[in-house]
Amino acid sequence: MSKLLPTDSMDDAVIENPWQVLRRFTDARIGLGRAGVSVPTRHLLDFQLAHAKAQDAVHTPLNSSSLIESLQQQPWCNDPVLPLQSQANDRATYLQRPDYGRRLDEASQQRLMELPQPDSPYDLAVVVVDGLSALAIEENTLALLQILIPALQQQRNPWSLAPISVVEQGRVAIGDHVGELLQARCVLVLIGERPGLSSPDSMGLYLTWAPKIGRADSQRNCISNVRRAGLQYADASRKVQYLLNEARSRSLSGVQLKDRTDDNLLEQDRGHHSFLVSRS
Amino acid sequence: MSQHQQSSGFRYSVGQRTFQFRNLADLLAKATPARSGDRLAGIAAQNAEERVIAQMALADLPLKHFLTDVVVPYETDEITRLIIDEHDLEAFAPISHLTVGGFRDWLLSDLATPEMLTSIRAGITPEMAAAVSKIMRNQDLILVAKKCHVRSAFRNTIGLPGHLSTRLQPNHPTDDLTGIAASMLDGLLYANGDAVIGINPATDNVAQACRLIKMMAEVIEHYQIPTQSCVLTHVTNTIEAIEQGAPVDLVFQSIGGTQATNDGFGFNLATLTEAQEAALSLRRGTVGNNVMYFETGQGSALSANAHHGVDQQTCEARAYAVARKFNPLLVNTVVGFIGPEYLYDGKEITRAGLEDHFCGKLLGLPMGCDVCYTNHANADQNDMDNLLTLLGVAGCAFIMGIPGSDDIMLNYQTTSFHDALYARRVLGLKPAPEFAAWLERMDIFRTGQGFTLNHQVPEHFQPSLKRLLGGTS
Repeated sequence: MSKLLPTDSMDDAVIENPWQVLRRFTDARIGLGRAGVSVPTRHLLDFQLAHAKAQDAVHTPLNSSSLIESLQQQPWCNDPVLPLQSQANDRATYLQRPDYGRRLDEASQQRLMELPQPDSPYDLAVVVVDGLSALAIEENTLALLQILIPALQQQRNPWSLAPISVVEQGRVAIGDHVGELLQARCVLVLIGERPGLSSPDSMGLYLTWAPKIGRADSQRNCISNVRRAGLQYADASRKVQYLLNEARSRSLSGVQLKDRTDDNLLEQDRGHHSFLVSRS
Repeated sequence: MSQHQQSSGFRYSVGQRTFQFRNLADLLAKATPARSGDRLAGIAAQNAEERVIAQMALADLPLKHFLTDVVVPYETDEITRLIIDEHDLEAFAPISHLTVGGFRDWLLSDLATPEMLTSIRAGITPEMAAAVSKIMRNQDLILVAKKCHVRSAFRNTIGLPGHLSTRLQPNHPTDDLTGIAASMLDGLLYANGDAVIGINPATDNVAQACRLIKMMAEVIEHYQIPTQSCVLTHVTNTIEAIEQGAPVDLVFQSIGGTQATNDGFGFNLATLTEAQEAALSLRRGTVGNNVMYFETGQGSALSANAHHGVDQQTCEARAYAVARKFNPLLVNTVVGFIGPEYLYDGKEITRAGLEDHFCGKLLGLPMGCDVCYTNHANADQNDMDNLLTLLGVAGCAFIMGIPGSDDIMLNYQTTSFHDALYARRVLGLKPAPEFAAWLERMDIFRTGQGFTLNHQVPEHFQPSLKRLLGGTS
């Protein structure tokens, strides 16, 4: 057996990996090469930058006044957008006390209770929440709602919409509190997801039928990874409409309501062989 | 100073002041080094002084006390029943006269040899281990854990002193087989993967588990790799996969320290028994028969609203009672994954990682650690470097290995293939012996002077690359 021991010179501090070309098949950080056994400087700093962006996404506050202003300029936005705040008054508290992030503060509750009552209950309350990434909300909210809201308004059986609210320092379940106070039949929460290293801007959508405080996560439906490089806005909007219509017709949401918009994709690629094993 | 135990709880007097602790769970919780999860649960000490007073009261408590006073009711919790019913009084005898404080001294002393620590394992309950860990400093946790030798085996031997294994974790957000295989190749050529090649599936069902299990079995078979594979799916999925004839090496399950936590996970002890028997029936191990892979992590009981007022570290230690019932190959505390509401920053993650490793080893488990953090925790790679180094010194059985520390499926950061080589190099640690021999046979890794990787793609792997890349490798 011929040994494939090092034949190249030892002059280069960085040893490249010939299999780095496999990166075209995955986003994983493979084939980084090495300096000794350590990550080469270039890749080290790439990683640090990705982590820095993710951390900034967590800690940068939502510019809610700017977001509210741009929402209110939209032709489909018929009511003033409501700025709201959870009971977590800063980021450190928010991160350690998820229970505070699930409830509106006193002033926000008051604001909702003082709103004029609609003639009949709203079908849907859209609640925009900073969550763990204000960046995700700033980059994706308008782009999604521009498609989704006109579509909901123009359906044969149109959805009556409560005023949109924008909540700071909120968790998913704060939508239950907002929806309950607005007496909406259903709530859709747009929230900044926990940032990944390569996805600091990922937005999640959570749909809850009959929102009220204390709803369990199993009573929600989730659509994840909405962002430019992830699930596209039109696709996300289509999934939301599907789930909303199903929820309305069955008066429920959660584990009993399955997203079947992808069923045709499930049967692809049933094989189990990989390129590492020859079958010739 | 004096301590009194009453039916109403524990009192401890310092000078004119008397501190009260409602019950054993309260005493343990208040004595726990500070962390966000216990604050979230509302059970942490009110201030630093109360914490130390609780530690003093706990130090005076006889170990025997834990045999009659339980933190979760015996009648309603099968893990409490497991702990009490399987306690070994004979193994307990050498330490039965000690208090918790005396136990710390004994563990650090030269009386506690590796042989002695092995012989008393079955006499230690999880609550005793948790209690003593609460009054130990980080260096104590390291020193004693290093004396606890726990060996397990399937196709190779895990946990030998002077060795550090890695789980190769080739996760992919869509379970794409080419993407997974690319990460597997990267890991193997970086000398990782001796603990297990383990995939967290993105699509979690039986069909997908079978597909991934077959794919990994084929690679292990083709290259004759002395390692084992695992798809980290629900235990009931793995049982079904075995029934369908899938070549399952290890059965995975996330476990917690109360019955209610495990109810939330959707299994009980009987389910694990069934799964273990099914995996053993396949007889796929070559050098051993440890067929279970468990993952744990502080905070899971609170997260499932199933903690009974017990602090998260004690709940975690109780999960080890579940684990040791099933003689696992690997137990992995996924320490920083759960988020900052349970472990807020690098300091709390580090402390928890050392506690879990110590308690697991003391109770006789092949403990590894997913040295990790999420992007909303106040932690970074430097914190991971520190914990990795500390665990390497402490004799941790295995860590994770992932391309460039970045799990693109689970969206968190754990140790990289490179990190494992760093730890092996600075601490002189080796992969599992059977795997090390394979690495040399395959020209991946030479163990002559230090550990040196091959500069090129080893011959055995070249055909695969050429096939994929059309001869351009």
